[in-house]
Amino acid sequence: MRIASGLLAAGYVLLLYAFIYLPVVVLVLFSFHDGRLPIPPFRPATLRWYDEVLSDDDVVEALLNSLGVAALSSAAACSLGFLAAWGLARAALPGSGAMRTLLMAPLTVSYLIIGLGLLISFNLTGIDRSLLTTGIGHAVINTPLCFAICAASMGAQHANLERAARDLGATELRVLALVTAPVLWPAILAAFALSLTFSWDEFVIAFLLTRFEVTLPVEIWSLLRSGLSPKTNAAGSIVFLVSVIAVLLAELLLFRRRRS
Amino acid sequence: MSAGLAVERATKRYGSTAALDAVSLQVPEGAYAVILGPSGSGKSTLLGLLGGFIDPDSGRVLIGGKDVTAIGPVKRPTTTVFQDYALFPHMDLADNVAFGLRMRGWKRGPRRARAAEMLALVGLEGAEDRRPHALSGGQRQRVALARALAVEPEVLLLDEPLGALDLALRRAMQRELKAIQRRLGTTFVHVTHDQEEAMAIADIVVVMNEGRIADAGPPERVYLRPVSRFAASFMGEINLVPARALPERDGRAMLDTPLGPLPAPSGEALPAGDAALGIRPEHLGLSGGEGGVQVPGTVIESAFFGTHHRVVLEPRPAGPPLIAHLPQRADPAPGQRLVLAFEPGDAVILPGEDPK
Repeated sequence: MRIASGLLAAGYVLLLYAFIYLPVVVLVLFSFHDGRLPIPPFRPATLRWYDEVLSDDDVVEALLNSLGVAALSSAAACSLGFLAAWGLARAALPGSGAMRTLLMAPLTVSYLIIGLGLLISFNLTGIDRSLLTTGIGHAVINTPLCFAICAASMGAQHANLERAARDLGATELRVLALVTAPVLWPAILAAFALSLTFSWDEFVIAFLLTRFEVTLPVEIWSLLRSGLSPKTNAAGSIVFLVSVIAVLLAELLLFRRRRS
Repeated sequence: MSAGLAVERATKRYGSTAALDAVSLQVPEGAYAVILGPSGSGKSTLLGLLGGFIDPDSGRVLIGGKDVTAIGPVKRPTTTVFQDYALFPHMDLADNVAFGLRMRGWKRGPRRARAAEMLALVGLEGAEDRRPHALSGGQRQRVALARALAVEPEVLLLDEPLGALDLALRRAMQRELKAIQRRLGTTFVHVTHDQEEAMAIADIVVVMNEGRIADAGPPERVYLRPVSRFAASFMGEINLVPARALPERDGRAMLDTPLGPLPAPSGEALPAGDAALGIRPEHLGLSGGEGGVQVPGTVIESAFFGTHHRVVLEPRPAGPPLIAHLPQRADPAPGQRLVLAFEPGDAVILPGEDPK
């Protein structure tokens, strides 16, 4: 009886993980498929599609665009989120609760709404759609996340460290640069890594706000329009790999923080 | 470089409560002042005021005769040893100690050398490369002290610096703090709620209560001849016997007390109205017959405290219960009748109510 229920539980867990990971596994597996269409049966194994993806100038350009947008928008989101968290943690302001809520609220708004809103705003102000506007869009969606992560790791003991630094003659800028930021490095880097992953594979906003130069998800979407091919699988696998690396990095930093 | 400091009628309110109520204080250059009081007495607010972390609603702060009221902590010639030490966890000990020097534009080489000297001063030679988290509480305390002293402040502020240490370490650190202060000659202002600590290290004790200074002066004077009931009881156990002035007898001021008419301690002005005679338990001894004021009574409580027996005596025919410290060999038992005695000169007259 106990063996049966144990088997049942194990089976359920296997199914659950299969449900979550099977699409990714299939995507990655068929990126090595030796055939023109990514359909079973799987015929191992070739790196031809990776070669094709990486020699496609459009894809490589989109990949570099994506990296640039992700890095710069994450840096902007981290700076804004960190400064907002610092200000709200240190100063007793009227309505700071409301300000906190307003800063976090965009986390619950769909990317489509944010993207459309930005598109309309940029149209009204006469700013052309470009990688810059996409970057701004990504900074908008990632600032609340960075704020939340930084705010969660700012404690009263940090306020005391800042007091000590001021007492020893540090100006506000040096307090930030020499005490607050270094002490919160793990949280800031974790926020940066998470922002990176969100920006890196974000499609809706990038689709609405790019024009001639596009990011990798938008490029993959246009590859898909010409039909399924293991080439898109290879491009998708690269996107996935970069995301995994960034998430692991964030996990490592947050985990190390919790232990210490 | 050391400087005296003065606070002139400083008031600080939080809502309707006054954390500091027109407080005035003088600490001469090179003195070790200890601000003593229960929590909520305003002692930490006073220290924050000196460090520039708290702005007074009114009043002035002077350091070395210069008005520093409007100067923030960054530019003030004071440094603080914080209660939780507030060491920078991402820097090694030398960088921690040298932080203030770095802010003053010292180059890395000289400032690390100076940090090593300061660490040696506090008994941590050779620990420059260690990190704060690898230290014990007592060692962190020393690093915090070295860091605050490295910039040669005119006044060093210490906010309950020994609060987190165990008793033995506390006593050892008290001696060390005092020794370092003597050696450097810097003015120290130290906040604590431990009256033994205050008496062990202070040149000047400032007793605070409800945002006011209840008494300030050398520890012997504040302990033996306090000017207020609060200061008298906060410095140590004391018996308070209600007293009223009587007409002089044989040219001597007399007091009417429940213990009977007593000669007033000489040289003390009698306050008008209700007053109290304060008698420390160690001034009440077993009567040897002649001399002093005799207090007969019955023992109602007795306990052995190591250095003495603590006895509570019910005086006869009347009077409030009196606490006395009797010798180790006395061995008094409850119910036993005793005659205690004290020298009128050891007692002190206290106003009936502390001035508001």
